[in-house]
Amino acid sequence: MSFLTLEGIEAFYGPSQALFGVDLQLNEGEVCALMGRNGMGKSSTIKVICRLLRHSAGQVQFDGKDMAALPPHKAAQAGLGLVPEGRRCFPNLTVQENLIAAARPGPWDVSAVTRLFPRLAERRDQSAASLSGGEQQMLSLGRALMTNPRLLLLDEATEGLAPVVRQEIWAAIRQLKAETGMAILLVDKSLAELRQVADHAVILERGSNVWSGAMTALTAEVADRYLGV
Amino acid sequence: MSRARAVNLLLFAMLPVTALVALALDEPFIITLATKAAILALAGVGLNIALGLGGLVSLGHAAFFGLGGYAMGILAHHAQTFTPLMEAPFLIEGTKSMPVIWLTAAIIGAIAALLIGALSLRTSGVYFIMITLAFGQMLYYFAISWPAYGGEDGLSIYVRNGFPGLNTLDPIQFFAIVFTLLAVVLFLAGRLAAAPFGLALAAARQNPERVETVGLSPYRLRLLAFVISGAITALAGTLFADLNRFVSPTMLSWHMSGEIMIFVILGGVGRLYGPVAGAALFILLEHILGGLSDFWHVYLGLLLLLVVLFARGGMIGALAGREVAHD
Repeated sequence: MSFLTLEGIEAFYGPSQALFGVDLQLNEGEVCALMGRNGMGKSSTIKVICRLLRHSAGQVQFDGKDMAALPPHKAAQAGLGLVPEGRRCFPNLTVQENLIAAARPGPWDVSAVTRLFPRLAERRDQSAASLSGGEQQMLSLGRALMTNPRLLLLDEATEGLAPVVRQEIWAAIRQLKAETGMAILLVDKSLAELRQVADHAVILERGSNVWSGAMTALTAEVADRYLGV
Repeated sequence: MSRARAVNLLLFAMLPVTALVALALDEPFIITLATKAAILALAGVGLNIALGLGGLVSLGHAAFFGLGGYAMGILAHHAQTFTPLMEAPFLIEGTKSMPVIWLTAAIIGAIAALLIGALSLRTSGVYFIMITLAFGQMLYYFAISWPAYGGEDGLSIYVRNGFPGLNTLDPIQFFAIVFTLLAVVLFLAGRLAAAPFGLALAAARQNPERVETVGLSPYRLRLLAFVISGAITALAGTLFADLNRFVSPTMLSWHMSGEIMIFVILGGVGRLYGPVAGAALFILLEHILGGLSDFWHVYLGLLLLLVVLFARGGMIGALAGREVAHD
């Protein structure tokens, strides 16, 4: 049994079906890239894992536990740490307060997060709303780490950021993989970066798996067919 | 020292300075006004935890204020009539001891808030406002129709309750008790707001879904805030009834809920010292304008309108600026 298993996941937004049988497996210490063009169900899959979206068919298991009945906060307590699309920090709290509000016992504390992102230490007493997009993204990642997750889910963590900041975020993700061995599920469009960090990949199209395998097996032809514009 | 801290310090000192000047001028009535302002500020600090930190617009906080008042009234009534409150299954006597009454009132307020909050926090927005209002009014009408404790006429207490080592009938000594309690509760409320619980509560107000994804239940956070808020408001109700040596259903009415909310808004929602500023201003207006016209609430309404339109952080926001991040 994998650390995270999704089998035949179907999910709806009202009457509209978004997922048509998504399968995904992730082992402890692995990094998996969840890819696909816009609107293909990547974020919906992340939402199903975090219980922000109920699935209508299929099974979600995390660390051998069926997640179906859990509310989102219980899923997070089970060890899921989400870095959501669009960052969504708590704007009126300071950087430090954003981190403390999410804190759960474990090795990740404010000093560990600020070691990973020294820029957050400089902005410690600033409100999150006054941070740049890149700093907010670092804060969002730091906040997820403060929950001391066993599986980190990053939904478009580098979307809309300046190239320099994107490099900082990718460096942090590589550091997390190398130093902590944390399982990570990544949604992103930067194939070149994903190739450096992910062990395997799952590609979705119209809410279904169309390709999955080792990252090294993802050829330019596959990328062109399923990820090209 | 930051401007916000200086304004807070000034506001905090305002009440005891007023009381001491009044003592020097032999004006016990002014001391009583300062005591009333401190008690209402305490009620406001209670509401501010739910409203300012948690974003819970409760129109039923008079329920806790009144329950605190009735806890005092009933215990003191049985003590002064030498009749037990309850004989079976175990004996409960009345008491005139302030600390015992405070503890009882805070526990009753917390239990009532737990019951009311457990139901009403399953809703939000206008439904939450209406449910809290409905609970408050249920208690109000219950008190009116309960003749054993005075019904509509209320319950008078002949002698103010006692505090070990102090003469509570002396206005300045009673003020000292009330102000010390206010200071302690303000200190604890400040610590609460800066603690992980307070930060998570503020975060739940801003984005409840995001709070869930970090493993916290917004419902539980809000319920705990509501319970703490109810306990503090009940404590204020006890002191208010003790000040007047009288408790009546008016303390439970929605007008009271509205008044507490008004001075929280006047002072600054979510600002720790907002209720102190708001309550002091409210008492000042009531005393000055109330002497000039029976319709002084019209001016209060105008002031509230101006604060809501032009000073979003209330008086403290206008004086100290937006230095506090939690607004």
